Amino acid sequence: MSAGSGHDTMRITLKIWRQAGPDAKGGMVTYTLDTVSPDMSFLEMLDVLNEELLAKGEEPVAFEHDCREGICGACSLVVDGIPHGPQSETTVCQLHMRHYADGATIHIEPWRANAFPIVRDLIVDRSAFDRIIAAGGFVSVATGAPQDANATPIGGEIAELAMDAAACIGCGACVAACPNASAMLFTAAKVSHLALLPQGKVERERRALAMVGAMDAEGFGNCTNHFECMGACPKGISVENIARMNREYLRATLVSRDLG
Amino acid sequence: MTPQASDAGRLDSKAPGGPIETRWDRHRFDMKLVNPANKRKFHVLVVGTGLAGASAAASLAELGYRVSVFCIQDSPRRAHSIAAQGGINAAKNYPNDGDSIYRLFYDTIKGGDFRARESNVYRLAQVSNNIIDQCAAQGVPFAREYGGHLSNRSFGGAQVSRTFYARGQTGQQLLLGAYSAMMRQVGLGKIKMFPRREMLDLVKVEGVARGIVCRNLVTGEYERYAGDAVVLATGGYGNVFYLSTNAKACNVTASWRAHKHGAFFANPCYTQIHPTCIPVSGDHQSKLTLMSESLRNDGRVWVPLEKGDTRKPNDIPEEERDYYLERRYPAFGNLVPRDVASRAAKERCDAGYGVGATGFAVYLDFRDAIARDGEDAIRARYGNLFQMYERITGEDPYRVPMRIYPASHYTMGGLWVDYNLESTIPGLFVLGEANFSDHGANRLGASALMQGLADGYFVIPYTIGGHFNARALPAVSTDAPQFQASETMARERTDKLLAVGGKRSINSFHRALGEIVWNKCGMARNEQGLTSAIEDIRALRAEFWENVRVPGDGGYLNQSLEHAGRVADFLEFAELLVSDALDRTESCGGHFREESQTEEGEAARKDDEFSYVAAWEFQGVGEKAKLHKEELTFEYVKPSQRSYK
Ligand SMILES: Cc1cc2nc3c(=O)[nH]c(=O)nc-3n(C[C@H](O)[C@H](O)[C@H](O)COP(=O)(O)OP(=O)(O)OC[C@H]3O[C@@H](n4cnc5c(N)ncnc54)[C@H](O)[C@@H]3O)c2cc1C
Ligand code: FES
Repeated sequence: MSAGSGHDTMRITLKIWRQAGPDAKGGMVTYTLDTVSPDMSFLEMLDVLNEELLAKGEEPVAFEHDCREGICGACSLVVDGIPHGPQSETTVCQLHMRHYADGATIHIEPWRANAFPIVRDLIVDRSAFDRIIAAGGFVSVATGAPQDANATPIGGEIAELAMDAAACIGCGACVAACPNASAMLFTAAKVSHLALLPQGKVERERRALAMVGAMDAEGFGNCTNHFECMGACPKGISVENIARMNREYLRATLVSRDLG
Repeated sequence: MTPQASDAGRLDSKAPGGPIETRWDRHRFDMKLVNPANKRKFHVLVVGTGLAGASAAASLAELGYRVSVFCIQDSPRRAHSIAAQGGINAAKNYPNDGDSIYRLFYDTIKGGDFRARESNVYRLAQVSNNIIDQCAAQGVPFAREYGGHLSNRSFGGAQVSRTFYARGQTGQQLLLGAYSAMMRQVGLGKIKMFPRREMLDLVKVEGVARGIVCRNLVTGEYERYAGDAVVLATGGYGNVFYLSTNAKACNVTASWRAHKHGAFFANPCYTQIHPTCIPVSGDHQSKLTLMSESLRNDGRVWVPLEKGDTRKPNDIPEEERDYYLERRYPAFGNLVPRDVASRAAKERCDAGYGVGATGFAVYLDFRDAIARDGEDAIRARYGNLFQMYERITGEDPYRVPMRIYPASHYTMGGLWVDYNLESTIPGLFVLGEANFSDHGANRLGASALMQGLADGYFVIPYTIGGHFNARALPAVSTDAPQFQASETMARERTDKLLAVGGKRSINSFHRALGEIVWNKCGMARNEQGLTSAIEDIRALRAEFWENVRVPGDGGYLNQSLEHAGRVADFLEFAELLVSDALDRTESCGGHFREESQTEEGEAARKDDEFSYVAAWEFQGVGEKAKLHKEELTFEYVKPSQRSYK
């Protein structure tokens, strides 16, 4: 990778996974672009490709995107084997072409995981994440008149730790990076965020058991401590959260036995 | 206050009279309650899962209503609200700096340039405090002081610190709070969630909104849903400009289709151009990235004093810099409202003082703040924004001033709603950015999140009951002819798009439309430009239907087809936006008519002629819509020329 190419435009070769539908057979297809500007974002480079395909009467490459600024969690490309590509703590929509050299070849594939079936080309179905949240990723407080927000002070450090965990954008890069396609980091981030805060403590046992149960039921793999997830996470969510969730889970198992 | 709807009957704002402090309480008391056992019988369709939709869906389900929720994205958590950065206002007065509900109300009416309804704005300020309590209870990790209490920062248009935030990701955290409350109800079976659905039509039965028709974006199938009320929380139409800070999927389709069925569209010309966005870098540009307004707390805006000065910013000495906001507006300085800041940047760049490759940029400089507070303090406040800037531009804003320029960001206009948030179609409620209420002609920073959550958590749960109590709602079936007609319309439109088989790409049409609207109906507008814009839009629309190329077919996930449908609607809607701008020959807030300015170049309102909400009734594509006026009366905040000097 070089920082900027010195050329006004670059020639880039793309090898992209194309798959017409969930049950269709997929494969890598090669395309070449001659006019990539170093100022383009990675997705803008794909826009250019799609315009060219369209002009030739071919079907554009389907890929997920929305905010294009690293926060919605929609974009989800494995670039040269790395979820979200080479720049650390950067979603692929924030990656810019100035990081590639003229003449580079780039491989683009979808997230690969049993729990994330392919919908089309580079788009997968990540609804399993929503079901994990529905199982327990919340504080059970109905809209109404809770106490004044300042009634429960929360130490700055705890609030920061909770925010670190809450920063998860739900993109699924952690799953895509994990050799076992485990969703531990995603699940742990939510369990941690809520377990750290007084508001979330009341339901911590129920939450840990329910969310881990849902995660397993969705067919995600086990965590065997490879920690590839943390490296791939565009928000730098720490694996400490996994340790915290394991503790929460263990605690919950004991407490539920005591109560049971 | 008596709502003086100039065409009585149809435009009744239903805003209560009497002392403003007790209007909402009295209104709530006067509404009959829906008995808990009956709530189960009512089915509400909520379209949109941003702050407004998710908070409404969760709250309605908690009350016992049956709720179905729809969104375009693969997950409701990805709604555009997720991208909001800077913060959310509330009148808590925690810093003890003189804030109050009344002051938030006053600032919002004034910030909106006296074009909003007093009753609504007062209610918004009242419930703002409940929002913060509710979100804290959900576990939203707001920024806190060392002692554990909530932190505040300042935003434009206010002289108090009333903005609550979660780093530079406030929208994300608030949305995840609302989303988790909603998913809890999904888990409990109270809400049915339908992601990857695009609403393509509203269905009215006996004049009442009773259903929607969607396209399943994965299978391409058309689906019909019947209910007892429809809640639209489908966001704003800022992408009519093509380049904007909005997420790519933001669109006007749901609102526009409702408008075609009789929902009046209010003040479409009130669009907000945000002053601090990363400038355009080339033709490939697909969106513009906002640099949060909170940066103006510490960043100073300037251009060189000398025209065409090409020195590097750090080589330009202090006395050769023009801190034009501080110069022109000493009282508010860099924290003037958005419309004022945007126009001031445009003025400098048009006059030849702009910087960067294109000359369409000004500096936002943190040098002094870093010297004063240290780099770490600045990093703690804005680290993620600085990082975002660095990624996009390849420049380090800790060392070199940011380059910024205004961009389309938010739309104050939207479907007209009364005090109950009900549109002119009975049973159709409109929430969040999709409605026109509360912000008048200019929205203050950190007030959209407040309004979206106010609408969803604290207004609609009460006001929807009025609809259920007042109207007989006989059971409707999705086999009814009205559903059939809507589905046929939606199908035919899709088929027509696919059948054009032209040569020009969808994106190029969208871009061309954006250029017309930006150049002729952007930060400054005049009669000649607006008149020609209408011609340009019509010509582009005609070409679209003859020459657009939409690949593939409608039977699977086809992103081009989705985009084509949205562009087709923007091409119709843009004409309404421009006509409204043409009709309003005054300047107010974000709507700046060059013909109507003060000697100093500030916006000059004409209250005698234009103190009304312009609510437009659809008459046909390409036909001039019919104007209905809701007169605005100000009993509390007397209109004055806004001054931030
Ligand atoms: C970059 C950025 C930063 C911002 N920062 C701030 C800030 O700091 N403070 C602040 O107060 N405001 C901010 N705003 C404004 C604020 O974020 C928005 O106004 C607000 O979030 C809009 O919320 P909403 O719920 O009305 O709509 P959205 O969040 O836009 O949600 C719209 C929903 O409707 C769905 N939808 C749309 N059309 C259809 C259809 N046809 N069929 C089915 N579903 C549909 C979408 O899928 C989505 O779920 C910011 C805006 C931007 C662009
Ligand atoms: S498109 Fe939103 S995170 Fe990349």
